Amino acid sequence: MAHEHEPGEEHEAGPRHELSHWAKRAYAMRDILIEKGVVTEADIRQQAEFTESKTPANGARLVALSWTDPEFKARFMADPKKVCAEMGIDASTLNEFVILENTDKLRHMVVCTLCSCYPRPILGRPPDWYKSFNYRKRAVNDPRGVMREFGLDLPDDVEVRVHDSTADMRYLVIPARPPGTGNLSVEELEKLVTRDSMIGVMDALAAVPE
Amino acid sequence: MKRTHDMGGDTDAGPIDRTEHAMDDWEVLADALNQVLGVKGIKCTDETRRAREDMDSEAYLSLSYYERWIASLETILVEKGLMTREEVDRKVAELEERWGEP
Repeated sequence: MAHEHEPGEEHEAGPRHELSHWAKRAYAMRDILIEKGVVTEADIRQQAEFTESKTPANGARLVALSWTDPEFKARFMADPKKVCAEMGIDASTLNEFVILENTDKLRHMVVCTLCSCYPRPILGRPPDWYKSFNYRKRAVNDPRGVMREFGLDLPDDVEVRVHDSTADMRYLVIPARPPGTGNLSVEELEKLVTRDSMIGVMDALAAVPE
Repeated sequence: MKRTHDMGGDTDAGPIDRTEHAMDDWEVLADALNQVLGVKGIKCTDETRRAREDMDSEAYLSLSYYERWIASLETILVEKGLMTREEVDRKVAELEERWGEP
């Protein structure tokens, strides 16, 4: 059976519609696990709520603080999980967590070529494009082409490093601070830090002129 | 030989589709079930990944993302003796009966 779509593309079916073979098995497995006392309905609901509560706002705060406070940035890069804990962000499910800092001459881009490993506690669930076969294939041999598709045309003298995530190692990029943002507060800066800039495929947003 | 999931650097790739789909309820369930079983120490990421990577190429490429998750989770839970495929079949039939026509 040839497949014309990227994963996650064809999801018209909901519980009110005809469910796919595997969707039905998901509900069946849930019921069996509950009947056997392996998990409870509350466990599942709380887990879903916990995941929903993780959004790129967590990462944006960490980045904005790193931009404004060199001492914070040094501590964050040296021991990211400890700093997350201090900030009330539970990153304990990450094994190794590595912070990468973009500069004028060096850029980092994160992928998971084998599947979809991602710093979920910091950024939430990965976007569909991050899990797509095309991104997984191209990120490692055409990172500049990928960035161009996202709207970023890098000069040739900027080095690009691609980081392939694993179950045991997750990455977060600190994008370069946009020019002209010296007078912005941490809260204002947070709004410039997009999810895609922390994956490394884009820059942070430009400061909006007064 | 390189297996299907190991696709980094494959040269047959096209443009990246950046449209996001709204998650269906069963996908939220698949995500939560996978996470909660990990938190409870019943399975780990490496186990479900191994099951996913063992899928045959046709299945790996044709199933959607969370379909692959559910398929691999079922494999692992069956391996661990927490359920059988027949139990899942029976439960699906029961649910279909209960849900009636969509």
